[in-house]
Amino acid sequence: MSMQAASTQIASRAAAIVDEMKALEGPLLPILHEIQEEFGHVPAETLPIIAKVLNISNAEVHGVVTFYHDYRNHPAGRHVLKVCRAEACQSMGGDAIAAQISQALGIGFHETAKDNSVTLEPVYCLGLCACAPAAMLDGEVIGRLDADKIEEIVREVRS
Amino acid sequence: MTVTIYIPRDSGALALGAEKVAKAVAQEIETRGLDAKIVRNGSRGLYWLEPMVEVATEAGRVAYGPISAKDVASLFDAGLASGGEHKLSLGDPEKIPFLAKQTRLTFARCGITDPLSLEDYRNHGGLKGLENAIAMTPADVVKQVTDSGLRGRGGAGFPTGIKWKTVLDTTADRKYIVCNADEGDSATFADRMIMEGDPFVLIEGMTIAGIATGATKGFVYIRSEYPHAVATMQKAVEVARKAGVLGVNVMGSPNAFDMEIRVGAGAYVCGEETSLLNSLEGKRGIVRAKPPLPAIQGLFGKPTVINNVISLASVPIVMDRGAQHYKDFGMGRSRGTIPIQIAGNAKHGGLFEAAFGLTLGEIVDEIGGGTVTGRPVKAVQVGGPLGAYFPRSLFDTPFDYEAFAAKDGLIGHAGITVFDDSADMLKQARFAMEFCAIESCGKCTPCRIGSTRGVETIDKIAHNIEPEKNLALVTDLCNTMKFGSLCALGGFTPYPVMSAINHFPEDFRPTPVAQAAE
Ligand SMILES: Cc1cc2nc3c(=O)[nH]c(=O)nc-3n(C[C@H](O)[C@H](O)[C@H](O)COP(=O)(O)O)c2cc1C
Ligand code: SF4
Ligand code: FES
Repeated sequence: MSMQAASTQIASRAAAIVDEMKALEGPLLPILHEIQEEFGHVPAETLPIIAKVLNISNAEVHGVVTFYHDYRNHPAGRHVLKVCRAEACQSMGGDAIAAQISQALGIGFHETAKDNSVTLEPVYCLGLCACAPAAMLDGEVIGRLDADKIEEIVREVRS
Repeated sequence: MTVTIYIPRDSGALALGAEKVAKAVAQEIETRGLDAKIVRNGSRGLYWLEPMVEVATEAGRVAYGPISAKDVASLFDAGLASGGEHKLSLGDPEKIPFLAKQTRLTFARCGITDPLSLEDYRNHGGLKGLENAIAMTPADVVKQVTDSGLRGRGGAGFPTGIKWKTVLDTTADRKYIVCNADEGDSATFADRMIMEGDPFVLIEGMTIAGIATGATKGFVYIRSEYPHAVATMQKAVEVARKAGVLGVNVMGSPNAFDMEIRVGAGAYVCGEETSLLNSLEGKRGIVRAKPPLPAIQGLFGKPTVINNVISLASVPIVMDRGAQHYKDFGMGRSRGTIPIQIAGNAKHGGLFEAAFGLTLGEIVDEIGGGTVTGRPVKAVQVGGPLGAYFPRSLFDTPFDYEAFAAKDGLIGHAGITVFDDSADMLKQARFAMEFCAIESCGKCTPCRIGSTRGVETIDKIAHNIEPEKNLALVTDLCNTMKFGSLCALGGFTPYPVMSAINHFPEDFRPTPVAQAAE
């Protein structure tokens, strides 16, 4: 598929999403969530499409996308691992666990592995504070992280 | 008779392997040809025992835990289906001291019922509060909530009924009920547990709020870190709509009320109410200046009740049993019960709902059982990332809004993180500043810039660079942040920082040269 064809396809799919959701009260966040769900990130070329239909400026849409930690401007790896770095997890050795994970995956936080297998992100609390240290792999929650569980995670993202 | 086996689908239980347990149980039921069904309930909140499996027997419920998938076959061999003895037997769950000592009003059904069965909800006292509210005038509903003494459980402790009265008294063509389910504070999971374990109680509470104030539309704003809560709430809203609990004629009355579930996008500051409203409107989550109060000009400029999940989920019991029943629990101006969340390095971590008034020491040492690591408790942080660190010497502080404020702390959303003696309080103070820098909405300078300077200055202290001078600088900075910030993110970050400095000065002292040279 040529770059241009891909881009046209993104545009038409994005237009359909915006059209479908524009009647919601305060539709921008739901639209951006849906777009990210569809493409794995919020492609730059979708911003003017959203802006036009919602009758707001490109700058406003851009401002919203960049404000929130969740929205990505480029795709993540095949897996996304979010490791909690907040206090309750710290109290259970979360910092050391985070360092071990980072080392096992060979990447730092906010980085994606070269083979694109996984993106490592910090998260500040998953509501699993009585099961600390905690993480979330592709939406699956994991509590009481230890060496065995880290090994399991690494195996899963590499497979 | 079909045997019912309860296996939680609560995120905490899932994080500890409940899904694998459920699969193994289903497998055993099938291969053994048993007449049994599985109900995926919420959690009772005893996380050191999760996944906790319960069986309904003729003599009542029997619990087992913590169960892993490999225990399941032996549990069935031991006669799990009829409550048989096993090394993981816990007996009657309600007799486990951690549960037996609680006063469960808001969490009365959590972990007991099928979260998505409206029938189960009704059979356990659900919807009575709403029925009562429908039969009353809005002003009387507001009065009952006011009289109960219920104060906002989201952190600020503002009286719920007074907020509702402002919305009731403001005329407008449209009003909103917004539920703040952003629950971003570390150590808190009560909102998540209710949404996953008893979603109808939140729907009922929001509907009562709608009827009481004349609002016809509700939004639940749930953080994106809670996918399971989002899914359960969405399903529960559909069930409630189908059953006519939500819709143009709430439970057959002339009142209209419906609601939508919305998902946040990973910004801690969106838990601040005006930032949340901006986010719902599709804007950057920047904090708004007050006035105008959201109760007068809130979502889309309309009068809006914005309340925390637990505040709203506590309303049905108030409307069911009456204001006095609720008010009879508690102490001073802190009335009713509060779901205390014991987190971090606690032996018995979990949710403990109790009347206000327990001392911090009772909560940490007796109920929480001290640390998991078995080392002495050094500090506890109460109230999330903006809450103070308490040393043992303040463990006689009773759990009460005013008592905590008097000790330069706050109850916040009632999360308590336990730290053992390996904690480095300088590191914790640094993290508080770092967190503020990461999550600042950027509107005011003390918060946006001050937090970054705070991190740098604490780093200097850690590296022995003019420690006395830099300590004075941090104190100064904290004062500027406290008084110069628009919201509590910048304004309260000084609490964890200054409490760490004041209560644990030894961690901020220059390391003796001999040791440093090691
Ligand atoms: C930075 C910040 C984060 C907050 N996060 C939450 C939150 O996650 N949940 C919540 O209910 N209140 C949170 N609050 C408090 C809300 O601003 C507000 O007081 C609350 O939603 C009011 O509801 P209540 O009266 O029922 O407590 C936060 C406040 C600040 C300043
Ligand atoms: S204190 Fe911080 S988070 Fe609050 S309004 Fe100011 S900059 Fe925004
Ligand atoms: S602090 Fe890590 S899950 Fe809450």
